[in-house]
Order: sequence, then structure tokens, then C-alpha cells
Amino acid sequence: MKKVLSLLVVLALGFGIINSLNQNSSFPKFGEADVSDRVSDRYINKNVTEENEEVIFGEDGYETGSSNFVTSIVANYRSFDTLGEVTVLFISAFGVALLFSKDSKRVSLNFKPNFMLRVGSRALFGLIIMTGIYISVHGHLTPGGGFPGGTMIASSILLLYLSNDSFRTKIKGFKLLEGFMGSLYVLIGVAGIYVTGYFLENFLDTGVVGDLFSAGIIPIVYVIIGLKVGSEIASIIDNFLTEEVS
Amino acid sequence: MINILSIVISVLLVILAFLAVSSKTLSKSIVYLSALSMLSVLGFVVMKAPDVAVTEAVIGSGLVTALFVFTLLSSRKVVK
Repeated sequence: MKKVLSLLVVLALGFGIINSLNQNSSFPKFGEADVSDRVSDRYINKNVTEENEEVIFGEDGYETGSSNFVTSIVANYRSFDTLGEVTVLFISAFGVALLFSKDSKRVSLNFKPNFMLRVGSRALFGLIIMTGIYISVHGHLTPGGGFPGGTMIASSILLLYLSNDSFRTKIKGFKLLEGFMGSLYVLIGVAGIYVTGYFLENFLDTGVVGDLFSAGIIPIVYVIIGLKVGSEIASIIDNFLTEEVS
Repeated sequence: MINILSIVISVLLVILAFLAVSSKTLSKSIVYLSALSMLSVLGFVVMKAPDVAVTEAVIGSGLVTALFVFTLLSSRKVVK
């Protein structure tokens, strides 16, 4: 009876959601949205003025020199939202640390890492951390950016944690790196106030679209976000390895 | 072609989600969840959202699966 009732509630909710989305005029069909009357047109044109011009790869003089326009939204036009997002991640890492560090001690793993795990993780560690750094640095050119790149760095640290049990006691700098990177992000924003008058405004030269050293502060901000997210998630993993003493 | 692919992906997503919820052992559930994330990466690529696809591939099927497996390994069985 209970299951039938819950199925009915789920079906009614699903019908309601799909019906309201189908009847809504602000949700056009997939692929048929007209971007010219939306704000996303400005982001694609790399210019917030009204004029509609074609963006040519390899030319300079655009408002944001990032060739990946998702990144130009995340780290330039809506950088303040990203600062809030990073703060949310920091608070969640802080909560995990608070929850796990109370009356707890470092425990050794329940399993012995065998030969395959030790050698394989040593071989994969370099590849994964290099991919993570590449994705963080090339966030303004290719898909990805600071958040997935930082998570990849944290995954490589997880491999080290898994293969070598004594590695955890050697590394202590993640909290320091995280705090330093968070303050650096805010400092870049304050520098934007001094140079241009607005918080987190792009105050460097935007450069040529498609170059590695282009798009002003976007690569700097994304490297900072990558390091911050990587150290945060690595410290969360470190906290997961401690066990409560009951 | 794309339509058929997206229909197949969405049906498989629902099946995998159901399997992940209803499987008897936790390890099978984790594997189904990882497969669901990997398939949703394919869905995001079909919908031309490579940024979301990269993030989902790293977090959904990489880190979360590793953390779940890790927590499962370090948790102990309580015998009543």
C-alpha cells in the first residue's frame, strides 16, 4: 500500500514538472532557443555592448580573451558567484574537518596495499596530476577549468594515500595552501577595485584569443581555484581516513 | 541518429538508477552509481556541454566512486 502510494506521488510530481516545463514559454525546445534576444549572445560576442560582431580566433582586442566562453562567464563576468562557490566548498571542508577531528586519531588502513596497487598508483600518479594541472592551466582555452582540474589533483593525492600508508603523516601543508589560495583570490578582486574600480574586474591585457597567456586574470584565477579545490578535497580525503574513537 | 542515442542513454540511466537503489550489496550499488555517472557523461557530450561532461567524469565517476569504495573498505561489519 505504501509503495503504491509513493509511486502515485512520484508519478504525479513527474507529470507536474514535465507539464509545467512543456507549457512554459521561457523553456523552448532543445536546440531551438534564440540566443539573440538573451544575455548569452553578449557572452558569445565577447562584448557586453549592443553591437553584434563575429569573433575571429587569433585576434586581439576583445573584452575577454578567453576562447572558451563558459570560462569567461565563470571566471570573468560571474567571478563573484565563483568566489561564493569556492566559499561553499571551503565551508563544507571545514564542516567535515570539524566532524571528524573531534576525539579521533589517525588509523592505519584496514587492508595492506599489495604490489599491483603500489606500482600502479605510482605509475598513474604522475599522469593524473599532470592532466589535472593541464586542465587547470588551460581552463580558458579548452573545456574544464579549475574545479575538475583541482579534483583530478585531489584524485592523484588519493592514489598516494591508498598506496602508501605513511604518506599521510608527512603532508601537512594542505590547509595552509587552501587558506593562502583563498586569500589570493580575494586579493586579486581587491586589486581590481584599485585598478578599475570594480571588485574582480579583469585589469590585465586580454591578449590574443587562443593563446596560453591571454584573457587577463582568468588563467590566474583558474589556477588559484584549481589549487584551492585540490587541497580542499585532499584534506577532506585525509579527514575521511581518520576514525572516531568510540 | 542523435535522437535514438539520447533515448537509449536516458532509458539506460533510469535502469541504472533503479539498479543502484535496489541492489542488495553496497559494492554493487557503488558500481552501478559509477556506471550511471559515466553514462551521464555521454549524455552531456551528446547535448554539447563538454565542460559539464569533464566535471561529471572527474567528480561523479572518479572521486565519488573512489571515496565510496574507500569508506566501504574502512568500515567494519557489525555482528548482532
